Amino acid sequence: MATSTMEFKIYRYDPDRDAAPYMQDISVQVDFEIDRKLLDILTRLKGKDDTLSYRRSCREGICGSDAMNINGKNGLACLTDIRDLKQPVVLRPLPGLPVIRDLIVDMTQFFKQYHSVKPYLINDSPRPERERLQSPEERDELNGLYECILCACCSTSCPSFWWNPDKFVGPAGLLNAYRFIADTRDEATNERLDDLEDPYRLFRCHSIMNCVDVCPKNLNPTRAIGKIKEMMLRRAI
Amino acid sequence: MSNSSIPVRKFDAVIVGAGGSGLRAAIQLSEGGLKTAVLSKVFPTRSHTVAAQGGVSASLGNSEEDHWHWHMYDTVKGSDWLGDQDAIEYMCRMAPEVVVELEHFGMPFDRTDEGKIYQRPFGGHMSNFGEKPVRRACAAADRTGHAMLHALYQRNVRANTQFFVEWMALDLIRDESGQVLGVIALEMETGEVVAFHAKATIFATGGAGRIYYSSTNAFINTGDGLGMAARAGIALEDMEFWQFHPTGVAGAGVLITEGVRGEGGILRNSDNERFMERYAPNAKDLASRDVVSRAMVTEINEGRGCGPNKDFVLLDITHLDPATIMKRLPGIREISIQFAGIDPIQAPIPVVPTCHYQMGGIPTNYKGQVVAADGVPVKGFYAAGEVACASVHGANRLGTNSLLDLLVFGKSSGDSVIEDLATGKVAHQDLPENFAERTLARLHRLNTQTGGSDVNETRLELQRTMQKHCGVFRFKDMLAEGVAKIVEIEKAVARTEIKDKSQVWNTARVEALELDNLIEVAKATLVSAEARKESRGAHVRDDAPDTAENPNGRDDANWHKHTLWQREGSSLSYKPVTMTPLTVETIALKTRSY
Repeated sequence: MATSTMEFKIYRYDPDRDAAPYMQDISVQVDFEIDRKLLDILTRLKGKDDTLSYRRSCREGICGSDAMNINGKNGLACLTDIRDLKQPVVLRPLPGLPVIRDLIVDMTQFFKQYHSVKPYLINDSPRPERERLQSPEERDELNGLYECILCACCSTSCPSFWWNPDKFVGPAGLLNAYRFIADTRDEATNERLDDLEDPYRLFRCHSIMNCVDVCPKNLNPTRAIGKIKEMMLRRAI
Repeated sequence: MSNSSIPVRKFDAVIVGAGGSGLRAAIQLSEGGLKTAVLSKVFPTRSHTVAAQGGVSASLGNSEEDHWHWHMYDTVKGSDWLGDQDAIEYMCRMAPEVVVELEHFGMPFDRTDEGKIYQRPFGGHMSNFGEKPVRRACAAADRTGHAMLHALYQRNVRANTQFFVEWMALDLIRDESGQVLGVIALEMETGEVVAFHAKATIFATGGAGRIYYSSTNAFINTGDGLGMAARAGIALEDMEFWQFHPTGVAGAGVLITEGVRGEGGILRNSDNERFMERYAPNAKDLASRDVVSRAMVTEINEGRGCGPNKDFVLLDITHLDPATIMKRLPGIREISIQFAGIDPIQAPIPVVPTCHYQMGGIPTNYKGQVVAADGVPVKGFYAAGEVACASVHGANRLGTNSLLDLLVFGKSSGDSVIEDLATGKVAHQDLPENFAERTLARLHRLNTQTGGSDVNETRLELQRTMQKHCGVFRFKDMLAEGVAKIVEIEKAVARTEIKDKSQVWNTARVEALELDNLIEVAKATLVSAEARKESRGAHVRDDAPDTAENPNGRDDANWHKHTLWQREGSSLSYKPVTMTPLTVETIALKTRSY
């Protein structure tokens, strides 16, 4: 057993007890042969100090609960390999959203923007008895879009979202908007484009591409945003 | 009127849980115009349905001939004849309708060349009453649960469903007559405790796989609905039956879908032998999950495991076209690289059977109404999905029937609520005096406990006990010892202590309250398992071996019946298996082989 000490600096804030947030220094014994993921280490820390607060659920990168800022970059604790981390490992809540406690942020604004793009299939034609047909090629257009886990890593790494979280839809919301625009079964493409044709909702994206850099599912919101812009342009000609 | 000092909010219906079944029920209620509250410990798309991978079954026949009656036969056989045949017929008949409906909601299924929903083979799915494998599992790559959960949530956004996100339900409210009047719940962000007073309460709280040390389940799967029901005097059915999924990543426990074997994956031992040919000559790697898990453990126990400790077997897809892997199994490749450090295109994945699914639960009929032992519905109470026992899975669930279960019974429970409210069968009743007393006492005890037991350590002790005493193979003496151990652990659970006394987002308190639920599930499981002196489906004991009189150790003469566990006195009773389907002939008892 080759155990070694790992140093952490963790953002702590409990509104019931703390006047202001602070960074807590913590050392942990880890075995790099066995211990793999940051979430495993957080679980161990919580076992020792039950006041440490963060969200987590599936521990396999599909539920999107444990997004946080890890050494300055947003990511999922459950998919972050501890061997890749520079020490001391600095853990902070996702930037740009109000902190509720420790690593837990208030995601209301994020979900409000997601909901604003009408993230559901709109098709008011009479329902056929069987499935609506879609060719494999048409279905392939949804790849890289439908896999979003709403973890908010992208939107909370986007400077445009930090500055205008109430007006700019943000990369996650826009990726999901395009997921329905790209769906051949959806009949609301024009309304969706009208809704986004706005100096803030879509056009605050300046292709900084932080979203692409941090997405734990390797999705590309910038590309989706580009496609939306392209469709608007084509529509205008 | 009540003198309990907590706020009360009134609804037509309250749904606890926002995974697949809760969201499917919510669509019925919201679109049906009922004032509905949906409570969830996590944001809906973080519910564990999201982790389902391989598919949802329906006899659409998109790639080859299929029939709901064959699906029904497979499900009855998969259940080792413990499933209720009325509920199974209902589920299999409804399958094409609810899956097509889901497609209309926007589910991004993969497609066949004709543009229809793509279907793949899966364990135990056969055509013509067990003859040969059939493509019945409707899939969105290997992310079917994720695609389904998001589609269901999105449909609820459209329907304007009212969610209470990051609220944990603590206890069921029942009156003197036994009618269910809602739940008491904790808002995690504020620490506030509120009563949700409802005409109808639907439990859709999912499973409790976290009673085991090694589990594919999420942290949140702590059996909250089972704990609440047990404390409120509702019996739990068939809790001895737990599914160990054959392919969890060794060491990490993360699920690798059976769809991998559906796409052609093969299990191999240390001799590189495709050992399933010996255990299931016909279905091979696509035999039922209990059968494959036992074969794997047998290989490991007999020294043919792989790795330095010979403690896992290999799931091999290196012979598949990399393009197929990238198209049909992209998520599996990611998981394997992340959690096993192996790219399955190049090398096989180390896997072990891992706790995955609870076949038992809160007894319901096929309408999603919770029923007492005599079959009479408990007024105002409904359940669907993994928390419920309809019973469609009996002693062993077929792969992809879980996603189908939550669509079918999520919908039927919602429809039952609408009907029971419309016909006046259930209406608002006054809350009893001191309805919140027990819950508040539990919270007070937790806030003031000193010199108590550690939540984390107690939970670990519980999980290790379950793993050791009630696993893939079960032993008479170990089961008895396990029951004694759980009784000891129960005492520690009753005096857990938390250091964190804050009101705001106190996850220590939440975990302690979850442990109150885990212990009920663990106890129900061990006590029910110890008592069932036969082998059936996922419950296999050393003292009930394969004999001429009782093939596979199954003893129909004495044990063809459902277990009911009552928390009060930890007592057991039994009820008959429903062998009469709704419209077709009974599928008669038969020895199970694949």
